[in-house]
Amino acid sequence: MRRFILQRIGQAALVLLVMSFVIYSLIGLMPGDPLDVMIASNPGATPEVVARLRAIYGLDQPLMYRYGHWLLAAVQGDLGFSRTHSQPVLEVLAPALWVTCKLMLASFVISVSLSLILGISAALRPGGIVDGIINLGAFAGISVPVFWLALMMILVFAVKLHLLPASGIANIDDGGFVDHLRHLIMPVATLALANTGGFTRFVRASMIETLRMDHIRTARAKGNAEGRVVLVHALRNAMIPVVTVMALSFGTLFSGALLTETMFAQPGMGKMIYDSILSNDFNLALSGLLFATLVTLLSNLAADLAYGWLDPRMSR
Amino acid sequence: MSATMMKTEAAIGVWRLRWRRFRKHRTGMISLVILAALILFVLAAYPMQWLLGIDPNAADLFSRFDPPSPGHYLGMDEAGRDVLVRLMIGGQISLLVGILATLIGGMVGVAIGISAGYFGGKVDNALMRFTDGMIALPLLPLLIVLGAIDLTKLGFSQDFARSGAAGFWRIVVIISIVDWTAIARLVRAATLQIRERDYVRAARAAGASAWYMMATHILPNIATPIIVSFTLTVGRVILSESVLSFLGFGIVPPTPSWGNMLNNAQELVTTAPALAVYPGLLIFITVIAVNFLGDGLQHAFDPRSER
Repeated sequence: MRRFILQRIGQAALVLLVMSFVIYSLIGLMPGDPLDVMIASNPGATPEVVARLRAIYGLDQPLMYRYGHWLLAAVQGDLGFSRTHSQPVLEVLAPALWVTCKLMLASFVISVSLSLILGISAALRPGGIVDGIINLGAFAGISVPVFWLALMMILVFAVKLHLLPASGIANIDDGGFVDHLRHLIMPVATLALANTGGFTRFVRASMIETLRMDHIRTARAKGNAEGRVVLVHALRNAMIPVVTVMALSFGTLFSGALLTETMFAQPGMGKMIYDSILSNDFNLALSGLLFATLVTLLSNLAADLAYGWLDPRMSR
Repeated sequence: MSATMMKTEAAIGVWRLRWRRFRKHRTGMISLVILAALILFVLAAYPMQWLLGIDPNAADLFSRFDPPSPGHYLGMDEAGRDVLVRLMIGGQISLLVGILATLIGGMVGVAIGISAGYFGGKVDNALMRFTDGMIALPLLPLLIVLGAIDLTKLGFSQDFARSGAAGFWRIVVIISIVDWTAIARLVRAATLQIRERDYVRAARAAGASAWYMMATHILPNIATPIIVSFTLTVGRVILSESVLSFLGFGIVPPTPSWGNMLNNAQELVTTAPALAVYPGLLIFITVIAVNFLGDGLQHAFDPRSER
């Protein structure tokens, strides 16, 4: 087991390193460069001045050299300065990370619980009416564009019914806890709904397959109550492939978080990355993307541990 | 009597058998009809434009947000353009991106999956680690960066970089760079199952080359899961395209796509909610129909689902 975990950590570190280089190179290909604002605000700057500035900031160096330089600073905790926020990148990142983690965690818990209930209910009688309705809902969940779902939520609950705030977050200190929650309902619900569809389909498929197995027939023959057979004998085995799928879904979850944050104006990582790319805030975009990758990789690692716990064969 | 029946049963080709099974799959059949109707709908743009003399890209600031009227059946958008014709043309673009990106990304996925499955060992290990790493990434931010790349820095001319064609091909290419992983994993698994069959081993023993083995013995035998997987990918790609165009990194206006018609949607929700509903609804209907079609095909191709 320890070897398995160490291997996974090594793999994650490698992915992160490779990604840092890929993203670094890609950011360099975005329009403009870190000096264009400085140059645009000084119309008098001659080409010689620009060249000198480029040399000072190291922009005349080859890509590998610049990347090495950045990496060295980054491992020492220096991620540079965000030019739109006029703050060190880390100070912009930290609060945004918290907003996103809250959003992702809440929707993940909700969609996992919902999909377990729905998936198991559907698997009990495949082809039945309940299965048909749940299946239709699950297909709707995987087919709906997340940003449009958010839009429709705003249209119905904020514009038409005036029930919930359309955007922003509220501080617990000034609006109270209830107001804080009210601002979270729509983003969390949107993200959760978008994920529940796919999860439900996997739980259902895995449950149907497990319920056909011999050990389930044995459990029933021994006189176990149906509820116990389903929830104890079948569920744990059915969960093994489901956990893998859920583990690999954190990247998708983050992509969904980017959209919900943008739609509901939540100051999280996703919106921050999007805004930083729009405004050519290179340092912030780079670090934001890497943090998003890191969060995803860590979640995958956590899911790997859960996998080992569910399937003892893995631990050997 | 029964002997003749047996005979006709045996004479039915595999594709007719599959079609028979597919016809019994209710949601699959409904989806097929809906998709056919959608294709007719988006192609109707040409006769509509010609009959009513509508230029879908011409802005008319005096008829912004005009309500539906004869000649403009769904009214005008925020720039005074005909909503119905733009929905039709936007649909053509969205469907075309969906199909093209699926074909290109799908070929990458098939190549990677079949190589991993056929060669096994270190090749398999390396390719699959790469695939797993790709799957785990938060892809949307990555797509946004790819969509933001300045093409002139890659050596393309300024004119090309600003053209509509560049916008179209850019989104096809970046989505296919990212969306091949599901197909690769599926093809690998299917290849592993076929690889050790006796006839494949016999061909290998007879000295067939790897290329020949893949082309004649493996690919034709894993065609059905590939078709299903391609279908499901089309749905995913249409969603990716709509998201990117919506965020402003995909198809660039004035060329419409279902995604970029929602660019100003946040303001539209309060001023002209219908404009925010139509494009999204069309994306939703298309993708759910494609997904149900894939489900139906899977059912039809699976010999175990005989009844």
